[in-house]
Amino acid sequence: MPETGADIIRLDGAEKHFGAANIDITRLDGAEKHFGAVRALAGVDFHVGAGECVGLVGHNGAGKSTLMHMVAGTLVPDSGRIAVRGGIEDNYSVPRAQQLGIRCVFQELSLCPNLSVAENTRINHPALRGFGWRRKAADLIAAKLDEIFPGHSISASDIASDLSIGRRQMVEVARAFTVTQDSLELVILDEPTSSLDAHTAGQLLAFVRRFVAAGKSCILISHVLGEVLGNADRIVVMRDGKIVASDAAKAFDRDRLVTTMGGAAAREKIAAEIATQKPETGPLRVRARPARQEDGNELVAHAGEIIGLAGLAGHGQTDLLLAIFAAAARAKTGIEVTAPVALVAGDRQSDGIFPQWSIAQNVGISSLARLRNGLLISPQREAELASFWQSKIGIRTPDMNNNIFSLSGGNQQKVLFARALGSDARIVLMDDPMRGVDIGTKLEVYDLVREEAGRGRTFLWYTTETEELDNCHNVYVFKNGRIVANLGRDELTEEKIIQSSFGDAA
Amino acid sequence: MTAVPVETGPKSSSERGALARARLLRGLLPAMSLVLVLLAIAWLNPRAISYFGFSLMLNLAIPIALATIAQMFVIAGNELDLSIGTFVGFVGCVTATWLKDAPLVGVLILLGSIGVYALLGALIHLRNLPSIVVTLGMSFVWQGLAILILPKPGGKAPDWLLSLMAFKPPFVPFPIIAALLIAAVVHFGLMRTSYGVILRGSGGNEAALSRAGWSLLKTKVVLFALTGLFGVLSGMALIGITTSADANIGNGYTLLAIAGVILGGGEFVGGRVSPIGAVIGALTLALAASPLLTFMHIPPDWQVAANGAILIIVLAARVLISRKER
Repeated sequence: MPETGADIIRLDGAEKHFGAANIDITRLDGAEKHFGAVRALAGVDFHVGAGECVGLVGHNGAGKSTLMHMVAGTLVPDSGRIAVRGGIEDNYSVPRAQQLGIRCVFQELSLCPNLSVAENTRINHPALRGFGWRRKAADLIAAKLDEIFPGHSISASDIASDLSIGRRQMVEVARAFTVTQDSLELVILDEPTSSLDAHTAGQLLAFVRRFVAAGKSCILISHVLGEVLGNADRIVVMRDGKIVASDAAKAFDRDRLVTTMGGAAAREKIAAEIATQKPETGPLRVRARPARQEDGNELVAHAGEIIGLAGLAGHGQTDLLLAIFAAAARAKTGIEVTAPVALVAGDRQSDGIFPQWSIAQNVGISSLARLRNGLLISPQREAELASFWQSKIGIRTPDMNNNIFSLSGGNQQKVLFARALGSDARIVLMDDPMRGVDIGTKLEVYDLVREEAGRGRTFLWYTTETEELDNCHNVYVFKNGRIVANLGRDELTEEKIIQSSFGDAA
Repeated sequence: MTAVPVETGPKSSSERGALARARLLRGLLPAMSLVLVLLAIAWLNPRAISYFGFSLMLNLAIPIALATIAQMFVIAGNELDLSIGTFVGFVGCVTATWLKDAPLVGVLILLGSIGVYALLGALIHLRNLPSIVVTLGMSFVWQGLAILILPKPGGKAPDWLLSLMAFKPPFVPFPIIAALLIAAVVHFGLMRTSYGVILRGSGGNEAALSRAGWSLLKTKVVLFALTGLFGVLSGMALIGITTSADANIGNGYTLLAIAGVILGGGEFVGGRVSPIGAVIGALTLALAASPLLTFMHIPPDWQVAANGAILIIVLAARVLISRKER
């Protein structure tokens, strides 16, 4: 601890630090946290200065979220202490953190789906009350949305569950920056761009820079390393519940970050591998034409192919995947599917996970026919399937019979992959499944996808991250519910995709 | 890229307009089912559509509406109260005995019973118990207490209560005014006030609420206390109408209240409830319960089944609308 030499005086029963010229907004010393047998944090020292944007990176399960929960007051460290603006907080809690101007946008969407945008704003502001609070709340959130995301087309009276996942995230981010009675000093953004398309993500990051330039602080957690490198002043890297590096952002580049995180990155390797293993055209698996398609463009996928669906978020990619999924069960005009289909959902909390079930049960649900023993499910076969996928895909848990929520977000997503790949489906539809997943997990899953494709499985992969398209043999770009471009492996560039997704807009 | 519209995908304003329309349609469904039942009554017996007819048909609508509102509060917090029926019966017995003979004791007992409800809420939250189990157990407690107070039917309602419930305003029958009043007051309290948002939010996303620093214990206690309060009002209104009590008088109200909430557009989980809808649902059930079916010469044995059929039809219509919404 570098500042123990500073003068400590007692004031109103609380210890106060003075001495250091720039007092940190928040500082944790030796924070430790255990969840049962799992050690989430092992004595972490962490601080954020005023006017600083700290980038926090690390694999899923590295302890980033746990650390942020402590800064935000939602979790209490088992040992260690926390100080805010030099004053040591003994009874740190969410209300106290809010009083001190610390806010957090959590990775899991934390809007109340049954309430309107304005009402959700009210939840974070005890001061919004009394006569006319609805008007005030609506004005507050609308002004902030206008400021961060100009041209957002969200109304304060929209019910949260009616909004797309991207818009919900926009609301949540904007809500964290609204100010009523308490000051605003530090905002923690945990994967703020995971559901945003490139344009809105850019708007948000530009706003974060303005916010920091105004002397406020920000912690930015992102798996998109470019975002962190481009926007953070200082980068903190976590691994296995510890901080392994903390340095000015300028001192890092992509490779150093990845090496420090311990991820085996080799984007070029992927590209090369895909290029060499271009499959011979296998039997036709899917032929689909989006409902709004007017010209002759259609999506064609053969066995062993990885097909990318690109374009801005919410332009019909998910709709087409769901239509293909439905067509596998019941014939549908314009869509031809010749093999069983599995879907890996994007919104895992609402569409993917059975919250009450164990990890093993969540893996096995798509393979019930094979797990059956007579009329009943054989627990033994279920456990076999689960442990096979645990080792194959690397699900980090002491026991597959634990509840699915004992896993970190990235590991939950792995369970959904295991479910799809463990089933007998020959076609796997992926609805932007890697959202909010760390790069190490991603690379593991990419390898798996390519391996399975080599065995003749077909993947239809909608993604908002252009890098992921490197894994694809063929990419269809969507705009307004239509296919506007079909790019082969060799003509695939980021510019081309952006050009097609924004093309003929004027 | 500045001139590019932001994320104007198909899931933009036009689609959300459609979502809002479907929501409106679903919101109007309770009212439409009420109108349908009224039309059926008018067709079967036009004379029933009169001041006197409504006063008679909606005789028991006020206690049912109050019990439905009581149930709605717990449902708003993702819980269920299986004891509301016997609780109404218990309150009825207290009203017909203590409240008349020793008003102070009666008032204390009734306030105490609201306190018991609040404690149940705290217990359910703190021990993470399923509310169905706790309230099912409590239903036997209330029933037993009611039998202890009034072993055989009898007692008499306090005079002020009798005269209140016999109130005959000009032009509009009292039950209708009372229903409008109940709906307006609860709608304002739950849907418009700033704390009402927190109460509904606790049903929508508990984690989000506690992260924002709200006490889930408090929301649960408030919701259960409100259920107790409206249960007390329901029991008193019931005795004001029937003039005397019986330990089993409220037993049918449990399921009636749940049905009313659901009929009125509420959902069992997710904090999606509507006070206005719940009152309309209660009125629909009260109307459909006896007059309509008696007019149709349906024997009483089948009336419960007919009530169930109405419920199924309305819920099926709701599912159809919701499916369109997707």
